[in-house]
Amino acid sequence: MTTEPRLVEVRKNVLKQNDIIARALRDRFREAGVLAVSFVSSPGSGKTAFLEKTLTLLHSRYRVAALVGDLATENDAARLGRSQVPVKQILTGTVCHLDAAMVQNALDGWDLTQLDFLFIENVGNLVCPSSYDLGEDLRFVLLSVTEGEDKPLKYPTIFNSADVAVITKSDLAAAVEFDEAAVLRNIQAVRPGMEVLKISAKTGEGLAEYLEYLERRCSSSRAGAAASN
Amino acid sequence: MHELSIAMSIVEMAQEESERCGQAQVLAVHLRLGQLSGVVKEALLSSYEMACEATPLEGSQLLIEEVPVEVFCPKCDGPRALGSIQWFCCPECGTPTPEVLHGKELEVVALEIEE
Ligand SMILES: [Zn+2]
Repeated sequence: MTTEPRLVEVRKNVLKQNDIIARALRDRFREAGVLAVSFVSSPGSGKTAFLEKTLTLLHSRYRVAALVGDLATENDAARLGRSQVPVKQILTGTVCHLDAAMVQNALDGWDLTQLDFLFIENVGNLVCPSSYDLGEDLRFVLLSVTEGEDKPLKYPTIFNSADVAVITKSDLAAAVEFDEAAVLRNIQAVRPGMEVLKISAKTGEGLAEYLEYLERRCSSSRAGAAASN
Repeated sequence: MHELSIAMSIVEMAQEESERCGQAQVLAVHLRLGQLSGVVKEALLSSYEMACEATPLEGSQLLIEEVPVEVFCPKCDGPRALGSIQWFCCPECGTPTPEVLHGKELEVVALEIEE
């Protein structure tokens, strides 16, 4: 006997599992007093150089560590080993993004209370990472001056999911006739109020402001954690 | 492209639900897909077919309802439909706003089953 087709209500978020893990990670970061910052960008935006610079700058004064998402063909983690801070590679194989479970697994055995900052470098991709919460406190989206001013308009979803935009390779701005006003306008169009930093890992431009920003966020998240404990 | 892994999660979720309904045959999965979900509809549809292969859901349909972006306008003090995801401002008064109320959905709403 066959009956008529019927509708059964489900109402479940497809990424529920990811979101549950991400929430647990966020709680863990907060309790440990570590500021978790992730980087997303397209390939070739200078993400690894930026992370390397970040680790080098911070490690004399803070306890820093990094997780680096690499496709099977890449090895950014090896390059970062030079910065003398704990760096763990997350090999994603052919998967074009990190998810919360990968971060959780990579942190296995790490004592987060021994850290001030945890950086998470996502796989170079401006599309897929936008759907996955990693439990990070801050998401930085990087774009280099060589990528074109319309990048935010091409990838509004990732810009919308991020907290801070970082314009990298500012030393090349003049050479590529980078229109800074246009890119700032485009960033504000897709994410009104977004904080924007402009840096060059090569000349050091903007790094002081960048460090100051990270320190401010770290101490304010600590103050928040202390208040809620 | 992450649509294949998303499609596999949808198939898995639908399978679990249908088992709960006594191994009912799933004819269709109804999905709400936000414009800001980061998932491309066309890619998801073709990935879904692939993900269904050799599962009890083979031959089922994925019915996608697209959810437009709705923002909160602080000046109008209410929800407003966004005209374009390249321009986050209130369509009525022009006030920029980053506050997204809807449009990030990626949700299995219902299954159409046959017992
Ligand atoms: Zn308004």
